[in-house]
Amino acid sequence: MFLARVVGEVVATTKHPELAAQKLLLVRGVDPDGRATGRRMIALDTVDAGMSDLVLVSDEGNAAAQVLRRPRGAVRTVIVGVVDEVSAA
Amino acid sequence: MHFARVVGTVVCTERVPAWRRHRLLLLQPTDAAGTPQGRPLVAVDLVSAAPGQPVFYVRGREAANALPDPDNPADAAIVGIVDAVREQPIDGAA
Repeated sequence: MFLARVVGEVVATTKHPELAAQKLLLVRGVDPDGRATGRRMIALDTVDAGMSDLVLVSDEGNAAAQVLRRPRGAVRTVIVGVVDEVSAA
Repeated sequence: MHFARVVGTVVCTERVPAWRRHRLLLLQPTDAAGTPQGRPLVAVDLVSAAPGQPVFYVRGREAANALPDPDNPADAAIVGIVDAVREQPIDGAA
């Protein structure tokens, strides 16, 4: 999993059936200072995240299947949490 | 999932049976704005994408799972055609 910032939304009419009726958000990994300077990915939103939210993203198929409560399929990148706080040790 | 643009078609008459009903397309990965990033790759097309179109694709085991018969060796599959990306500048990051 990695910390990311929601930086946009992706509109796609034609998509795989497993992505039908799912919200696709553009997320960007954050650096240790919390700035969104990392890699961009398209993630399926399962937690009703909003623009500029700091979120937790999982990029693994089995995790996605569990969160979506369906058999393992074509989805692997999912937003699994909205981060309230990160405190550095 | 990642952004890319369709830049070509790959024809393989002899190929694994699970791919028989699908085309193989050459993709150039891009950023959200469509600027090329990294090396081209070949992906199984599941959305009838056309050359020049912006798409997004999934990598790894989930690419194979995206086909009707998941028992196949795909490591990249096109799973959507991008209509629009609305990105907002946040944190002043480039």
